[in-house]
Amino acid sequence: MGFVKGLAITLRTMTRRSVTRQYPDVKPDLPPRSRGAIGLLEENCTVCMLCARECPDWCIYIDSHKETVPPAVEGGRARSRNQLDRFAIDFSLCMYCGICIEVCPFDALFWTPEFEYATYDILDLTHERDVLREWMWTVPPPPAHDVHAAPTKEQLAAGDAG
Amino acid sequence: MTLPAAVEVVLRLAAVLVAFLLLPLVVGQMEHKAMAHMQARLGPMYAGAFHGWAQLIADGVKFAQKEYVVPARADRSIFSLAPAIALIPYLLVLIVVPIAPGWVALDLDIGLFFVLAVLSVSVLGSLVAGWASANKYSLLGGLRVAAQLMAYELPLVLAGSSVAMAAGTLSLSGIIEAWSPWWLIWQAPAAVVFFLAGLAELARPPFDMPVADSEIIFGPFTEYTGLRFALFLLAEYAGIVVLCALTAVLFLGGWRGPFPEQLGWLWTLAKVFLLAFVVIWVRVSNPRLREDQLQRLAWQALVPIALVQLAVTGVWRVVAG
Repeated sequence: MGFVKGLAITLRTMTRRSVTRQYPDVKPDLPPRSRGAIGLLEENCTVCMLCARECPDWCIYIDSHKETVPPAVEGGRARSRNQLDRFAIDFSLCMYCGICIEVCPFDALFWTPEFEYATYDILDLTHERDVLREWMWTVPPPPAHDVHAAPTKEQLAAGDAG
Repeated sequence: MTLPAAVEVVLRLAAVLVAFLLLPLVVGQMEHKAMAHMQARLGPMYAGAFHGWAQLIADGVKFAQKEYVVPARADRSIFSLAPAIALIPYLLVLIVVPIAPGWVALDLDIGLFFVLAVLSVSVLGSLVAGWASANKYSLLGGLRVAAQLMAYELPLVLAGSSVAMAAGTLSLSGIIEAWSPWWLIWQAPAAVVFFLAGLAELARPPFDMPVADSEIIFGPFTEYTGLRFALFLLAEYAGIVVLCALTAVLFLGGWRGPFPEQLGWLWTLAKVFLLAFVVIWVRVSNPRLREDQLQRLAWQALVPIALVQLAVTGVWRVVAG
């Protein structure tokens, strides 16, 4: 009987559509939270270094210097701020854990589903800040909040508890 | 036909050779695609641009480019000869298989006898290959081939002789002439036994214990590379064609169908490919039988069924005249 059952299963599978994705010809339909590359929105970055320190395999390089900003009002105190000089992620080391994105307090790092950045030279896998900035254009909007989920703390703060 | 006899013979043999080289490739491609879809895959899609139709040609080119390696301790001449021993008998069998009324390269009166005798020679190719490779896995595979040949030759011959007895002739064309749709029920056990025993002789899955790749690498073919390996593969698919053609001729009425004079060849081909599909289907659906299961199936199921079938056929012939 198992013999007949096996034959029936294979025949039924044959009459159905195969599940193969024709990848290089047809681009995959990736969900919005796919972990492809990491984009940097450098306008938001304050060089707090949290991402570089939390990175388990130390693949984030950040260089910066301090600049003094003249006082905004007459007689005020001159402020100092960090100016980003270099932000690079070495994707040959990155293990796509996403901790840097989780810890970033200023929402400067984002996942993008783009994954086709293989290179012939491993050194080209170190994406400098201009490349990381370009990835930002491919970051999809966040998925809508679930209908029956508890309101987020942002919603609560705005008094919009749904 | 007013062609000189010699020219006609050459033409017929050329046609057989073309069929011999072409049909196994079609079956192989069918296996690629049917197996893939049975496993919810697509199979080859690139070679030849349209659904991978040229995949086997590409494979052939690849095999031809590979280096021909002979193990140092191997029996060189026999090692090189083995693929031919495996392949040529199938060509010889195809010569006597009728495609349509009068469409046969050589109409032998003892066609069935010839076919069964030559068919089992082919299996020796694997045995010889296993021995000549000087490799313990190859030898194990070769001995398994031999054990399988011993076990399954008997039900194969018994089932074949049941049909010969029912038709009262050994000629393959004569068997088709004597065939009637009633045989589909009456000779069904013999047909199943013949088909299964044939599959086992070809060492096709689920009877692929001799080449069980997960335990003895590739059995007798472990040491083969390049074109000679490709010839063994071709022999396997040629064997499928021959087995399906024989089953179609003996049990399914060969060219019998509407308009046998005009469309006989089409019916034969359709039956052959239907059976080839069954071969692939059985392969995809079933895991490999263990060696003891293999032997038990042959001796405790197929041989008794074939003997009973033979007795039933004999009694029927006597009673019905």
